[in-house]
Amino acid sequence: MREIAYEEIVKNVRDIIVYSASNLPEDALNAMKEAYENEKSPVSKEVLKQLLENADIASSEARPLCQDTGLAVFFVKIGADVKVVGGLLKDAINEGTEKGYVEGYLRASTCEPFSRANLKDTVGYNLPAIIHLDIVEGDKIEIEYAAKGGGSENVSRARVFPPAAGKQGVIDFVRECISDAGPNPCPPLTVGVGIGGTFEKAVISSKHALFRNIGSVNDDPEMADLEATIKDELNKLGIGTMGMGGTETVLAVHIEANPCHIASLPVSVNVQCHSSRHTHITI
Amino acid sequence: MSKTYHLTTPLSDETVEKLQSGDIVYLSGTIYTARDAAHKRLVDLLDAGKELPFDLKGAVIYFVGPTPPKPGDPIGSAGPTTSYRMDSYSPRLIAEGLKGMIGKGKRNKDVTDACEKYKAVYFGATGGAGALLGKQIKSAEVIAYEELGPEAVRKLEVVDFPVTVVNDTHGNDLYKIGREQYEVK
Repeated sequence: MREIAYEEIVKNVRDIIVYSASNLPEDALNAMKEAYENEKSPVSKEVLKQLLENADIASSEARPLCQDTGLAVFFVKIGADVKVVGGLLKDAINEGTEKGYVEGYLRASTCEPFSRANLKDTVGYNLPAIIHLDIVEGDKIEIEYAAKGGGSENVSRARVFPPAAGKQGVIDFVRECISDAGPNPCPPLTVGVGIGGTFEKAVISSKHALFRNIGSVNDDPEMADLEATIKDELNKLGIGTMGMGGTETVLAVHIEANPCHIASLPVSVNVQCHSSRHTHITI
Repeated sequence: MSKTYHLTTPLSDETVEKLQSGDIVYLSGTIYTARDAAHKRLVDLLDAGKELPFDLKGAVIYFVGPTPPKPGDPIGSAGPTTSYRMDSYSPRLIAEGLKGMIGKGKRNKDVTDACEKYKAVYFGATGGAGALLGKQIKSAEVIAYEELGPEAVRKLEVVDFPVTVVNDTHGNDLYKIGREQYEVK
């Protein structure tokens, strides 16, 4: 049994939150540079240039890339041979989140659903974090983190189709979702698609798909093909950067597929803006 | 062809009428911040016949909830938020003299109709360029609703704040025009 101190988790979580807020990961930065090279619309190209400049300023001056510093979302795998000492794993992640958002001068964006009262002085600064936990083999803790903004989350959708809808049904659903969203989710986008499972499994898979590095290839050749097909379809929409019109609307489509019930074909589309602030550490 | 303008607030009818969708504008002067919660309160004040915390005549409102400033800075990162959430309030403020709104994303027909009728424009700022846009803000002061935190109403002094005209006073919409040009049917 390997012991990992509560405080070590707090510190690690705090550090990745502060770093991610002002440093776009390499995969996202490269994808934005590629979009800049390929974009045919002069207006979208100009906006992409502004975004690359923004990434430079954010990183060199340690300023948040975007004022929407997100809700903190975690996918955590804890090894069965790990014992967290000094407190609970979830508490450590929440404490690290609060520290990161306060000390990094990030925005407190959690509130009550109806009164809209900010939770910074009651529940905690930008708390609670959204935490998905899994237990795996080994003696390590693997933490995948993303700061998830509201604009792109607001256009995300899920629906359970009849099996006959098939691949075409999935393609049409994703196209409709991105077309209706237009400029609102801050394109160019990463589009996470969860297919199969139950209703909630599809939704969580579509979220987790956004944590994959842009430019990586799906292990399943059938899904890799479908990703390429959907990406082509979405780039025909002409939405462009920030909806100004253009050829580069989507940086990547990531699919996570699961076995499902013989009666259903659940599909979920989770959208990520161009500021794909995600990271991955192992303790 | 898109034109470039350097404008100073407050804006007059004459100034906003010459702007066309796609024009690039560098704004200087005073602008005010407000998001959904603040908009609701402003409209409630108008309904009650009370005075607003700032003069709407010729004013420009920026839809933004900035990050907290670091020590020594006037404001943190400050890019636009999605504007449709203000759609139910904007027409009322436009009718009372508001001349410009800065945000990102689509507006509904009530807003674009009000822009035509009362002569106001909707500007798009680059979403996700919060670090860059924050640097164009030279001072910031909370003037109302401090308890709303990031959603409080702030008075900002900006210099050459870069925006693009999305909806002009003539019924044009840059999001439609731009997309039609690049859509592959």
